Amino acid sequence: MMIIIMAILASTLRLATPLIFASIGGVFTERSGVVNIALEGIMIMGAFFAILTFRYVPNPWVAILVAMTMGMMTSLILGVLAIHLRANQVVAGVAINLLAGSLAAYLLEVIYGRSGQTDPIRGGLSRSPEALQFLNDIPVLGSFFSGLNPFVYLAFIVVGIAYFVLFKTPFGLRVRAVGEHPKAADTVGINVYKIRYICVLISGALAGLAGASLSIGAVNMFREGMTSGKGFIALAAMIFGKWHPIGALLACLFFGFAEAIEIQASTLGIGWIPSEFLRMLPYVATILVLVGAVGKAVAPKASGQPYDKAHH
Amino acid sequence: MPHVVEMKKITKKFPNVIANDEVDFTLEQGEIHVLLGENGAGKTTLMNQLYGLYTPTSGEIYIHGKKVDIKDPNVAIGYGIGMVHQHFMLVEPFTVAENIILGSEPKKGIRLDIEKARADVREISNLYGLQVDPDAVIHDITVGMQQRVEILKALYRGAEILILDEPTAVLTPQEIEELGIIMHRLTDQGKSIILITHKLKEVMALSDRVTVIRRGKNVETLVNENTSVDQLAELMVGRKVNLEVDKMPREPGEVLLEVENLKCHNNRKVPVLKGCSFNVRAGEILAIAGVDGNGQTELVEVLTGLRKPESGSIRFAGKDIYKAHTKDIIEEGISHIPEDRQKRGLVMSHTLAENSILGSHRKEPFSKNGIMNYPKIHEYSRGLIAEFDVRTPSENVAASALSGGNQQKLIVARELMRDPMMLIASQPTRGVDVGAIEFIHKRLVEQRDHGKAVLLVSLELDEVMALADRIAVIYDGAIVGLVEGSQATERELGILMAGGSLNKTAEDKEGEHGKNN
Amino acid sequence: MEKTTESRWAQLWDNFKFPLLSIFLAFLIGSIFIILTGNNPFVAYYALISGSMFGMSRIGETLLKTTPLIFTGLSIAFAFRCGLFNIGAEGQFVIGTLFTVTAGYIFRDLPAPVLIPVILIAGALGGGLWAAIPGVLKAKLGVHEVIVTIMLNYTALFLTNFFIRTSLNPSTLQGDVQKAHSVILGENARLSNMSDLMPIFGNSSLHTGIFIAIAAAFVMWFLLYKTTMGYEIRSVGSNPFASEYGGISISKNIIKAMFISGMLSGLAGATLVSGLTFKIDQAPASAGYGFTGIAVALVGKNHPLGVLASALLFGILANGERKMQIAGIPKEVVGIIQGIIIIFIAGEAILQYFPDLKKKFRRKGPKTEVAEK
Repeated sequence: MMIIIMAILASTLRLATPLIFASIGGVFTERSGVVNIALEGIMIMGAFFAILTFRYVPNPWVAILVAMTMGMMTSLILGVLAIHLRANQVVAGVAINLLAGSLAAYLLEVIYGRSGQTDPIRGGLSRSPEALQFLNDIPVLGSFFSGLNPFVYLAFIVVGIAYFVLFKTPFGLRVRAVGEHPKAADTVGINVYKIRYICVLISGALAGLAGASLSIGAVNMFREGMTSGKGFIALAAMIFGKWHPIGALLACLFFGFAEAIEIQASTLGIGWIPSEFLRMLPYVATILVLVGAVGKAVAPKASGQPYDKAHH
Repeated sequence: MPHVVEMKKITKKFPNVIANDEVDFTLEQGEIHVLLGENGAGKTTLMNQLYGLYTPTSGEIYIHGKKVDIKDPNVAIGYGIGMVHQHFMLVEPFTVAENIILGSEPKKGIRLDIEKARADVREISNLYGLQVDPDAVIHDITVGMQQRVEILKALYRGAEILILDEPTAVLTPQEIEELGIIMHRLTDQGKSIILITHKLKEVMALSDRVTVIRRGKNVETLVNENTSVDQLAELMVGRKVNLEVDKMPREPGEVLLEVENLKCHNNRKVPVLKGCSFNVRAGEILAIAGVDGNGQTELVEVLTGLRKPESGSIRFAGKDIYKAHTKDIIEEGISHIPEDRQKRGLVMSHTLAENSILGSHRKEPFSKNGIMNYPKIHEYSRGLIAEFDVRTPSENVAASALSGGNQQKLIVARELMRDPMMLIASQPTRGVDVGAIEFIHKRLVEQRDHGKAVLLVSLELDEVMALADRIAVIYDGAIVGLVEGSQATERELGILMAGGSLNKTAEDKEGEHGKNN
Repeated sequence: MEKTTESRWAQLWDNFKFPLLSIFLAFLIGSIFIILTGNNPFVAYYALISGSMFGMSRIGETLLKTTPLIFTGLSIAFAFRCGLFNIGAEGQFVIGTLFTVTAGYIFRDLPAPVLIPVILIAGALGGGLWAAIPGVLKAKLGVHEVIVTIMLNYTALFLTNFFIRTSLNPSTLQGDVQKAHSVILGENARLSNMSDLMPIFGNSSLHTGIFIAIAAAFVMWFLLYKTTMGYEIRSVGSNPFASEYGGISISKNIIKAMFISGMLSGLAGATLVSGLTFKIDQAPASAGYGFTGIAVALVGKNHPLGVLASALLFGILANGERKMQIAGIPKEVVGIIQGIIIIFIAGEAILQYFPDLKKKFRRKGPKTEVAEK
C-alpha cells in the first residue's frame, strides 16, 4: 500500500515537473503583459533538441542548455511579433505552435530518416541523481525519492528563484508594473519593451527546459505529439495559481496528480474505468479548474494588450 | 540669469498633423507658469517633449542656459524635470511607496530595499507637507491622496521643475485651493512649476504668468495681473466666446423619470450609489454636477441598463424600468449620449452608416424579419450627416476616420433623431472643439424646448451652470443638494460637491456677492 | 458613392496583398528547407503543383482535400468575426464525425434523400453543441475560450475513440469481430462520388460535399453582411461595449457565434465521413483539419469568399505534398510553410494599419512614434 502511495507521489512530482517549468515561464510573460500560447510549441522544440543534442554530445547538461537556447530563440519570434509588431498574441502563439510541430517533424525526417519518433538515447536524466542516492535508503520514503529525477529538484529551485525575483527584486517590481500599467512604467523611464522581451526569453528558456524534462528526463526519446497539450495545461495552472509562482506550483502538482492517477489506474483498482476516460481526466480537470477559478482570478491588467508608446 | 527652461521654436510633426508649430516657451525660477489652451491645442504635446516622451521634429531646449537633448524620461529626470500626468500613472495593486520608488528603486545587493523606500517616502512626505501613507494600496486611497503620490513621485527623483498636466480635473473647488497652497509651498522652496490647464478661473487664481497656445502655435505670454478671464478666453479660442447659452425660461411638464433610493456597486463590488433619488421632468434640463468618481458614471450605467442595481426604484413615464434591459430602455424612448464615445458610442471599425443605426438596427425600416435594408440605412445616415453637419467624405468611411468632434456629432445626431422622450447626455462635450460644443449645447436646449426631458451629467461646472434648469449635486453616491439653475453659484455648488452643506449666514451671502465677480 | 469596378479591384488587391506577400515569402523560406535536404526547390514546387493540378483527376483530389478546409476555415473565420478564437474546430470536427456515424446507424433504414440530410444535420449539430460549451462558459462566466477549446479537442478525441471501441463498434452493433473502426455507413448514407456523376474526374474520390461547402460560404456571407444577426455578431466582435450600449446582447451573440462556428466544423466532419471515409477510425491524434482551418481563415482575412480562395490554396498544398514526398522531399516542408504563412500574417496585421511603421521599425529602439489622431 505504502509503496503504491509513494509511487503515486513520485509520479505526481515527475509529471508535474514539465508543467511547473512551463507554468513559471508563463507567469513571467503574463505578469509583464504578454500572453504566451506558444508554450506548447516551445516545449516541443526543447524536447526535440535535447534528444538531438544528446545524440552528438552525450552530456545531459549540454543537451539541456541547447534545449533552453532553442526555447529562447523560438520565444523570440513570439516576442518580436507581440512586442514590436504588436500582433494579436493568441494568433502569434498558435502560429508558433504549428510551426514548431512542423519543424520537429521535418527535422525528425531529415536527421533521423524516419517519422514518428527518434531513436532512444542511453543515459538521460531519468534516474534519481547520484549525489542524492543516500535518500533512497530511507525506509518508506526511500522509494519515493528514488522515483525522482534531477528535473524535479530543479523545478522546486526554479519556483523559489521565480518567487524571489518577482517579489523581492527591483526587476520583479518593474515586471509587475509593466503588466499592470505599462504607461506608468514608461513615464518613470522603464523600458517596457526590454522588460517584456526579457520575460519572453525567460519563458522560452523555461519552456525549453520543460520540453527537455519530458524527453531526456523521462522516456529518453522524442516522439511526435509527446507534449500532448501540456503547454496549455501549464497555462491553466498559471491562471489557477493566480499568476503567482507558488500558486502555479500547487496547481501543477494537482494536474500532475490527475495524470498520475490515470497512469496508475489499474494498480489503484480503478482499472474498470475505460482508459479513454482516464486519459481525459487532466483535460477535463483543466476545464473545471478554469470554470471554478473565474471570478477569483484577476489577470495582470495589461495582459494581452500590445504596448504602443504613442497611443494612450 | 538664464531661464530655468527655454524651449525655442519647437515643432512637432505627426504624420497627419502638426501638433506644435515653432512654439517658444520659457520658465523662470520659482514661478508658476500656466500653459493654457483648448483641448487639442498642443499643450501636452509640448510638455511631453520637455519630459522626453516625445522628441521634437525641430527646435531646441535649454535647461539653465545649457542646450540639452532629452531622449527619454530618464534624461529629463536627470535634468530635474518631473511630470504629473492628467491620467494618473499609478499601478493600482502596488503600495504608495512602491509606486513612488518605481524605476529608481533602492537596493540592498540584488534585493529591493523596501524598508528604505518606506523611510524615504515618509521623509519627503514630511519635507514637502504632502501627507501620504507609504503602505496604503493605491486601489484603496482617495483621488486627492493619489495626486499627492504623483507629485511625490516627481519630487523623489529630485525634480526642481514640475509639470502638472490638468491636475484639477478630478478635484473639488476646495481641493483645488489646497493644491494651490501646495504649489506655492513648492515654489517657496525654489521649485518652478508649469501648469497645463484649459480652466480659465484656475489660471487667474494660480498663475504668475500665462502662455496661451492655440492650434499648435504660440499666441501670447501674459503676466497674470495684466489679464482677465475674458481676455484669456478670447486668446484661447481666437474670437469672442459666448460663454453663455441662450436659454428662455420654460415651464417644465410632468415628471418623466423618477429615481428613488437607487443603490448599486462598482466593478470592485464596493457600494458606489448609496441611495440616490431625483426626478426629471419633461421640458427641463436637469444637470447632475459632481466631482468625477462620486457615482455619476455608474448612475448613468444603471439608468441605461449597462449595470445592475442592488436596490431602489426607477420609473419612466409611469413604467417600472428597474433592472430593464438596454434594448427595452431604448424602446421606451430613452436615448443616451455616452461619456466615452469610442468605447461605448461607436463601433470604430464600422462605417458611419452602420453606426447610425446602432440601437435601432432591429427596427423597420432598417431591417425586417432579420434581414437588413442597407439602401434605407445609407439614406438615413446621409440625412443624419447633413442635418448635424458631420464633416466626412461619405457615410461609407469608418468611424475611426472622423475627428473627435465629428464622432460626437454623429452620436448626438443618432440619439436625437430617434426622437426620444428623454435624453441622457453624459459629458456630451468632452474633448470636443468649441464650434461643436456650441452646436451640441444648442441641440440640447432645443430638445428641452420641444418638451423632452434632458438629464445632463457633466464634470464641467460652466456647462452645468449654463445649461441647467435645475442642478442636482451628487456626492458619495447620493444627491446632496438640488439648486435652481438660475440661482446657483459656483461656491455653493463647490461646497455641495465636496460634501459640505449650505447653512448660510447673512455674512456668507454678502461674501458671495463679492466673490462672484 | 458607388464604387467603380476598377476601385473594387484596387480594394481587393489592397486587402489581399499582404496575405499574398506572406505566402510568397513563406514559399521562399520553404525553399531553404528544401535545399537543406539536398533537393531542388523548383523540382519540389513543380511536384507540388503538378501533383495537385495537372489533370482533372488530380484537381478532383485537390478539391477533395479543400472541402473540409472550407468548412473549418469558415468556422474559425466566423468565430473571429465575433471576437472569438475557436481553436476547438478540431474537436468539433471529431464530434461531428461521431454524430454523423451514430445517426447514420440509427436511421439506417431511411432512403438516401432523407438520410443524407439527416446525418449531415446531425454532424453539424454535434459540432455546434461541442462549440456551445466554450461559448456558454465564455458568455456566462467569462472563461477564455482558447484553453477550454483546446482541452475539449483532446476530450473529443478520447470520447470518440471510446465510442468507436464500444457502442459504435461493428462487434457491438453487428455481432462482428472487434474492429479498430466504427460501424460502416450504408450506401444510402453516402454522398455521391463526383466521378460517378462526371466521369471527367477520373479516379478521384471527390464527392458532392464540395458543393455544400461552397454553398456554406455564400450562406455565411449572407448571414454576416445582410442579416441583423450578422450585424450584431460583427458589432460584438469589434466592440462589445458599444454593442451592449446599443442593446445588443453580448452573451447571446457569443453563444450563437460559437454554435454556428461549431456547426461548420461539425459539417466538415460530417461531409468527410459521408463522402469519403464512410466510417471513423480510432486514432491517437486528430486529423488536423481544424488547425489548418486556422491558417485558412487568417489567410482568407476571415471573409467567407477569402476563405474559399485560401482553402483552395491549402488544398493544393495538401494534395501536392504526396507528390513531393515521392519526389524525395519530406512532406513536412509543407507544414513548415503553413506555419511560416501564419507567422507572417500575424505580424502583418499591424503593417496594414501603419504603413510607415515598416520604415520606422528599421530605426533602432522601441521609440517608434506613430500618428495620433
